[in-house]
Amino acid sequence: MSDLWAGLSQAFWLIVGLDQDLLEITLRSLQVTLTALVIASAIALPLAALLAIRRFRWRRSVIAVLNALMGLPPVVVGLVVYILLSRSGPFGVLGLLFTPTAMIIAQVIIIVPLVASIAHQSLRDLWSEYHDLLISMNVTQTQKIRTLLWDARRALLTASLAGFGRAIGEVGAIMIVGGNIDHATRVLTTAIALETGKGAFSLALALGFVLILLTISINLLIHWLGRTEKEGRW
Amino acid sequence: MKCLAIACFLACLGTTTSARDVMKMAVTTSFHNSGLAEVLLPEIAKDLDIEVQLLVVGTGQAIRLGQSGDVDAILVHARAAEDAFVAQGFGTHRRDIMYNDFVIVGPTDDPARVRNATSASAALNVIAGAQVAFVSRGDDSGTHKKELALWRSAGLDPAGFGVWYKAVGAGMGAALNTTSGLNAYTLADRASWLNFRNKGDLVSLFAGDPDLFNQYGYLPVNPARHNHVRHDLAIQVESWLTSQTAAELINGYKIDGKNLFTFNASP
Amino acid sequence: MSGLFPMTMVQAQTSWRGKVLVGPIDATLEGQGATVIIGPNGSGKTTLLRLMHGTARLTGGEINWACGLEQARHHQGFVFQRPVMLRRSVLDNIAYPLLIRGMAKSRAHAMAADWADRIGLGDALDRPATVLSGGEQQKLAIARALITGPQVLFLDEPTASLDGQAKREIEQILLQERAKGTRLLMSTHDLGQARRLADDVMFLLHGRIHERGNASAFLGRPETHQARAFLKGDIVT
Repeated sequence: MSDLWAGLSQAFWLIVGLDQDLLEITLRSLQVTLTALVIASAIALPLAALLAIRRFRWRRSVIAVLNALMGLPPVVVGLVVYILLSRSGPFGVLGLLFTPTAMIIAQVIIIVPLVASIAHQSLRDLWSEYHDLLISMNVTQTQKIRTLLWDARRALLTASLAGFGRAIGEVGAIMIVGGNIDHATRVLTTAIALETGKGAFSLALALGFVLILLTISINLLIHWLGRTEKEGRW
Repeated sequence: MKCLAIACFLACLGTTTSARDVMKMAVTTSFHNSGLAEVLLPEIAKDLDIEVQLLVVGTGQAIRLGQSGDVDAILVHARAAEDAFVAQGFGTHRRDIMYNDFVIVGPTDDPARVRNATSASAALNVIAGAQVAFVSRGDDSGTHKKELALWRSAGLDPAGFGVWYKAVGAGMGAALNTTSGLNAYTLADRASWLNFRNKGDLVSLFAGDPDLFNQYGYLPVNPARHNHVRHDLAIQVESWLTSQTAAELINGYKIDGKNLFTFNASP
Repeated sequence: MSGLFPMTMVQAQTSWRGKVLVGPIDATLEGQGATVIIGPNGSGKTTLLRLMHGTARLTGGEINWACGLEQARHHQGFVFQRPVMLRRSVLDNIAYPLLIRGMAKSRAHAMAADWADRIGLGDALDRPATVLSGGEQQKLAIARALITGPQVLFLDEPTASLDGQAKREIEQILLQERAKGTRLLMSTHDLGQARRLADDVMFLLHGRIHERGNASAFLGRPETHQARAFLKGDIVT
């Protein structure tokens, strides 16, 4: 228990004192995860909309696979991305291994199925509401997707935030493809793993509390910016 | 909403590279845990204007990274694996840099009476005989290979051990955490042990046997195999690591007032 | 400008899993006035409207618009029995058909605001459309269908679940449209409504046009005994 209190107080002093290292890895955590989130949403949301409105033979299987991929173990994704980006691998020439870009790539792969699956469900429900109307108005496929995405934006935000949560706390994949290099690819989660491995539990806990605080703050900020939970709004 | 997106991307642009040369080196967790890197790296940056980026991984993974050319040099402590690395053409050569030693740690009350052992393998022998909990790295690291060599010289085969033998398959720190949690015995490198902050009831029970000698070797990755590796930087760093400056820093490095490494590079 | 009409249906039918839902239908529709489709539940009124509008699939026969099917699709509006509200404001809902046709936002909003005034929702432009009452939503749906100036307006029992006041207001709007020359094709359960709005009436039974005729003639003295029974209020099978 003393570790918990030590962790809390250490977290407090680190934050208040604007510890340089802490700021650096926190900023990097945010950069990597937010970039991954934006890219993943740009892929997942239109994909989800397309799956919601298009009827094709393998649709049910694709949706089932997408749902299943939510359970993809991150460390396995990390391994695969490592092999692909390794110098001896197919994309080695790009020199992306052990850079934040590699971490972003791994995180995008991990969270696209999650964001797409959650978004798809909301978009399916909305499409069943709008279906008759939009078909009757001769709306094009692109317009259908844009209308759905805009009108379901609050549910899609939830899907994105779920992806954010998954990515910001992820450590297995980015440890492998990022290498946890000090001042280059070290982020909050990999630093926590490192300190834990050194037996420095109170520092690890402190970083953990900072991470929790960060996640909650970002969520609140997004909700405030998006003005959700306002009276009378859906 | 747009402002947020723009702000994000601007923040992301902030990760620009500096003009300084960058060299990637894979090192073992035991080396990193010693804290020696924190002393050496800034000096290298100052003297050679090279930023050495350390990838702290297990010995097996370090060798793998060297084989695939994902790093420019490796610093490990597994002689047989290192020789094979050079023989197979993955590395140009190996160079002794320094050595430290391993210690056997365990609970203060020492149920297996390791304190009274006359040699390292004898110590492991009594542990096996008493069937008390022993944590093994189990990850093909330098430490793990040393441990296996000691079992061999005691005439024992870990494959036949019971549940008291726990192969965790993890780094030194994680293994020590588990050892502390189980109040068990384990083999640790002295640097990781001295720096470990979760000792609990564990103490160092046996050390000093020449068999527990732990030699670190530096191996530059072969540019003939991967022509993109910064072999030039690797050689510069090697010269520095085998220089008088490095000798002083390495020999002078202490934890809790105790000397840790002995520099033994030959010119 | 009646480029869409006359519209002819020749042996038109639609079936589902081997069962014929509506058809075969033979009919010609001219470009003026209001045609009201009546008939017992399950007689295929909704399906017939959808067939004509093109949202139900033709599995036999053909439907020919004078200007061709492609063109015709862009000059029609459809109002559903239960109005579908987009999750947007009243103004955005009404303006939507204009926006998807590429009209500039300011112009589309101006036109939508005009329509909103006409249907009595001028004060509610920014309210979410989903909080409107049933009657208000249906008026919005009609405005939304009419804002693009279609030549044909299909309506599927538009006032089925509305109170008298809302019904009257909607019928007013429809009469205005009919006067302007918009072709109305609607189904209804309300025989009084048929009397008030129809120029000609189609009586549907088991998916086929059982009887058709000029409104006053049919409603005053129908020819078939099923039509007579239906108008009397009997259950017709």
